[in-house]
Amino acid sequence: MPIDKIFKDDASEEKGERARMASFIGAMAVADLVKSTLGPKGMDKILQSTGRGHSVTVTNDGATILKSLHIDNPAAKVLVDISKVQDDEVGDGTTSVVVLAGELLREAEKLVTSKIHPMTIIAGYRMAAECARDALLKRVMDNKENAEKFRSDLMKIAMTTLCSKILSQDKEHFAEMAVDAIFRLKGSTNLESIQIIKKPGGSLRDSFLDEGFILDKKIGIGQPKRIENAKILVANTAMDTDKVKIYGARVRVDSMTKVAEIEGAEKEKMKDKVNKILAHGINCFVNRQLIYNFPEELFADAGVLAIEHADFEGIERLGLVTGGEIASTFDNPESVKLGHCKLIEEIMIGEDKLIHFSGVAMGQACSIVLRGASHHVLDEAERSLHDALCVLSQTVNDSRVLLGGGWPEMVMAKEVDELARKTAGKKSHAIEAFSRALVAIPTTIADNAGLDSAELVAQLRAEHHNEGCNAGIDVISGAVGDMEERGIYEAFKVKQAVLLSATEAAEMILRVDEIITCAPRRREDRM
Amino acid sequence: MALAFDEFGRPFIILREQDQKTRLRGIDAQKANIAAGKAVARILRSSLGPKGMDKMLQGPDGDVTITNDGATILEQMDVDNQIAKLMVELSRSQDYEIGDGTTGVVVMAGALLEQAERQLDRGIHPIRIAEGYEMASRVAVEHLERISQKFEFDISNYEPLVQTCMTTLSSKIVNRCKRSLAEIAVKAVLAVADLERKDVNLDLIKIEGKVGGNLEDTELIYGILVDKDMSHPQMPKQIEDAHIAILTCPFEPPKPKTKHKVDIDTVEKFETLRKQEQQYFDEMVQKCKDVGATLVICQWGFDDEANHLLMHRNLPAVRWVGGVELELIAIATGGRIVPRFQELTAEKLGKAGMVREKSFGTTKERMLYIEHCANSKAVTIFIRGGNKMMIEETKRSIHDALCVARNLIRNKSIVYGGGAAEIACSLAVDAAADKYPGVEQYAIRAFAEALDSVPMALAENSGLQPIETLSAVKSQQLKVREYPFYGIDCNDVGTNDMREQNVFETLIGKQQQILLATQVVKMILKIDDVISNSEY
Repeated sequence: MPIDKIFKDDASEEKGERARMASFIGAMAVADLVKSTLGPKGMDKILQSTGRGHSVTVTNDGATILKSLHIDNPAAKVLVDISKVQDDEVGDGTTSVVVLAGELLREAEKLVTSKIHPMTIIAGYRMAAECARDALLKRVMDNKENAEKFRSDLMKIAMTTLCSKILSQDKEHFAEMAVDAIFRLKGSTNLESIQIIKKPGGSLRDSFLDEGFILDKKIGIGQPKRIENAKILVANTAMDTDKVKIYGARVRVDSMTKVAEIEGAEKEKMKDKVNKILAHGINCFVNRQLIYNFPEELFADAGVLAIEHADFEGIERLGLVTGGEIASTFDNPESVKLGHCKLIEEIMIGEDKLIHFSGVAMGQACSIVLRGASHHVLDEAERSLHDALCVLSQTVNDSRVLLGGGWPEMVMAKEVDELARKTAGKKSHAIEAFSRALVAIPTTIADNAGLDSAELVAQLRAEHHNEGCNAGIDVISGAVGDMEERGIYEAFKVKQAVLLSATEAAEMILRVDEIITCAPRRREDRM
Repeated sequence: MALAFDEFGRPFIILREQDQKTRLRGIDAQKANIAAGKAVARILRSSLGPKGMDKMLQGPDGDVTITNDGATILEQMDVDNQIAKLMVELSRSQDYEIGDGTTGVVVMAGALLEQAERQLDRGIHPIRIAEGYEMASRVAVEHLERISQKFEFDISNYEPLVQTCMTTLSSKIVNRCKRSLAEIAVKAVLAVADLERKDVNLDLIKIEGKVGGNLEDTELIYGILVDKDMSHPQMPKQIEDAHIAILTCPFEPPKPKTKHKVDIDTVEKFETLRKQEQQYFDEMVQKCKDVGATLVICQWGFDDEANHLLMHRNLPAVRWVGGVELELIAIATGGRIVPRFQELTAEKLGKAGMVREKSFGTTKERMLYIEHCANSKAVTIFIRGGNKMMIEETKRSIHDALCVARNLIRNKSIVYGGGAAEIACSLAVDAAADKYPGVEQYAIRAFAEALDSVPMALAENSGLQPIETLSAVKSQQLKVREYPFYGIDCNDVGTNDMREQNVFETLIGKQQQILLATQVVKMILKIDDVISNSEY
C-alpha cells in the first residue's frame, strides 16, 4: 500500500542528509556572496532594485547587501537575519558575522561527511565559542580611566571601521568627525541627535561637522535672514485653518453675508492664534505642519522668522537641541519653555540654502554635512559613517577594545586549538574545525587584498605562538605587522557579537534534519 | 468501487457521483490510514529527546520557522491527509492540556499504529486490537500512578522545580542557558501561583521578545513591559512612585453614539464652539491632574493639543496601549480601568514603584517598564536573542517550561523521564498481558512493545545503539521493580540513573500522553471506509 501524500500539492519535504545539504549550500552561497566585501580591500557590489526606476545602490555593507536580496533558501534567510540583527545591535561587523557563520558551516559539512553526528559538532562548537570568548576577555584593553588614551582608542576604532568603506581615502578626517560627534553625546547611545545631511557636490573631503543644528528648509520671503540671540518656539500645530474638533460640527449658512462673516471669524481666529504665539516674545517660530500664506504674512509683519513643514524628526531634534518644548497650545505664554540659540542664519552649501542654528543651549546635537560627487557616493558614505558612529557609541558604553587586522581571530584560534588538544572524544574534531573557521577570516581579508594569504596566515600563526604578541595582517603594506603600532583597533563588543551570533546561527542550521516547505500562498495575477 | 444492483440489473446509487470519489474499504482503508499516521510520526521521531534534531519549516509566505516542538511542527506543516490531520489534533490537544510532551505523544501513537498493523496482518480484528489497547493503557496508567513519587518543594526551596524545567528545556535549542531560563520560568510561575488553591493562571505571565542582545540577557520583570513609548518626546523618561490613570477613553472631544449635527450658522456659535473645545481639553487634563495621577495610560490616541497640554502640565502619558496589556497593567498596579473622565477618582489609580523607558541597541526601539507594582501578580518574561527565529523558539520553550512548573504545582506527582516511565509501563503491561484470556492478549503485548519505542527513539537520537541500550536498561529496571528510575542516558553522562541526572516528568503529562495516543489510535483503527473526493 503506497502512502498517500500527507502534504498539500506544492509542498515539498527534504529529509536527513539532503536537508542538511540544502541548508549548508544555501548558507555557504550567501556567505560567499558577501565574502569578497570583507576587509579594507574588499570590493563593492552593485544592487539594482526591481522596483520602479531600477534604482542602483553601490555598497560594501554586508547588511545592506543581504537586506536587498530575495532569497528562497530557508537556511540563507537565517544568515540574512543575523546580519540584520548585528546591524541593529552594534552597527558594524555585518559581513564578518555572515562569513564566520558560513565558514563554521563549511567546516561542519566536512565533519558530517566524515560521519560525526551534528549534535557532537554543536557541542564542540559551543565549547569552542565559550573558550574563544574567554580568550578575548583575557586580552582586552580598557582605557576608560584615561580620557586622552580613550579618545585615541576611539579614533583608531573609527579609522579601522572606516578603512574598509568608501571613506577610506579620508578616513582620518571622518574618524575625527565621528569621534567629535560621539563625544558630544556624552555617553548616550541615541544617535538621533547626530544629524547627517547629504548634499551632492564638492568632494568627500569637503564634508564637515557642524556644532550647531542645520535644518534643510528655506526661510520665508520677507522675513529676517539672520537673527541673533534667537528665542525659538517649536510647535506642532495646524497653521492653515483650525478645524473644529467637536464631532458632527458643520457649517451651515443661508446667505453670502453669513459666509463672509464666518470667513472673517476664521481669519480672526487665526490672527488670534498668531498673536498668542507672538505673545511668547519669540523671534523665530518653527512648525511641523504647513504655515499658510496668511499667517506667514502676519509673522513677516511682526519680524518673526517662521519656518514651516519641518519634518517630525527635525522638530524633535530641534526641541532637543534648543531646549524648547514642542508646543501645540499657546494660552500660557509665561510657562512654555522656549528654545534658545545664539544665531540663526541662512547658509549656502553648494547651491542649496539651509538654515543654520548655532550656539544652541544643549551641546548634545550636531550635524554632519556630507558632500560628494553623486547620490550613490553620499548614500554609501552615510552608511559607512553610520557604522562608525554606531560602533563608537557602543564603545563609549563598553570601553573594552581589541586589536584588529585578524589579531583577535588568531588569538581565539590559538586558545581554541589548545582546547581541542585537551578535549577527549569526537568533540575535539569540532573544536579544531572551529579554530579553522576563525582563521578563515584573516585569510579572506588577505585574499581580498590580493595578498598571498597562505603565506601571511602561516607567518601570523607562528608569530602568535609567542605569548602576548600583537601581530596582525597589515593590508596596506601587505605584511604581518604589530597592530598596536599601526593603530588598528576594534571594539570588543563588535567582536563578541560576531562570535556569538555566528555560532548561534551555525548551530541553528546544523540542528535541522528536515525541511518542509509549504505550498506557496497563491497570489492573484495582477497582470 | 463496490456496486449494488437491484433485481433488474440497475445499479443503486449509494453515493452521489460515486465514480468521482475514491473509496477505500476494509483492510485497505486501515492499512492506508496507518501508513499515513506512521508517516507523520516518522517526521517527529527524530525530534524527540535532548539530542533531537530541529525541523526547518518554510511557510506559505516564505517565512522560516526552526523548531523541534512537536505541536509547532505539526501546526505549520500544512498537512492534507485526513489521518495526518488527526495526528495534528492529537499533539495540539496535548499542548493545550499539558503543554509539554507534544512530540512524545505523536511518536507513541505512531508506534501503536505500527504494532497494530502487525496484528492486522496476523488476522486479528481491528476492534479486538482497539480493545486490547484500551485495557493495556488502563494498566499502564495505573502502573504510572503506583510508581509515581511525591515531589517536595515549597516557595523557599524551589530547586526541584528548576530541575524539572531544565529537563524540559534541555531538548530545545536554548539548552545553552537552560539553567537561567528554568529559574526565570519557575520564579515567574511562583510569582503568579495561588499555592492555596493550587492554581496558576498563565495569562498573568506575559512573554515579550525583542530581537537583539544575547539569550543570556533574557530577564524576568516583576511588572509589565509595554512596547510603547511616551507620547511626547520630551516627557520624563522615568517616574518614581507613579500613580497611574488607566483610561479607555480618548483625549478627544466626546463622540456621542447617536447621530447628531452641530450646525454653525453665526459667528457667535463659531466662537462658543471654539471656546468649548479648548475648555474640554483643559478639563480632561485637569481632571487627571486633580485625582493625583502622575502617569496616564490610554487605550486611544491623543490629539496634538491634548498631547501638548499633558506635557505642559507635566503629566507623562502613553497612548495606543492594547486592551490585553491595559488589563495586565490594571491587575499589576491594582488600578481600575476607567472608561470616562468623570469617573476618575483617586482610588481608581494604579500604583507602581517605578516606570521607566529603556532603549535598546542602535535602533530607536524603546520599551516601557512598569515595575514594583502594588500587586505583583503579573510578571513579564523578556526574551532577547540573536534573531527572530531564536526568539520565537525561546518563547515556545519557555511556554513549555511554564506549563511544566504549573502542572507540578497543580499535582505534585512525578515520574522519571528519559524513557524510564515507558520502560516501567512496558514491563508492567507485558506482565499483565498473560492474565487476559482471548485475542486481546496479543494486542496488549503489542502495546507493551509500542511503549518501548519511545526509549528506543531517544537512544537512536542520542547516537546510542538502540536495541543494545534498551535491553540493558530494561534488565536494570527489572532488578528494582518498584522504583523504576533507569532510563536512557541521552547526555552521555555515564549513568542510567535518572535520579542522579535529575530527569523528571509530570505524572499527569505522562498519563495524558498514553491516554491520548491510545484514543487516537483506537479511532483510526475503527475506520473501515474512507470516502474522499478524488482529483476533479
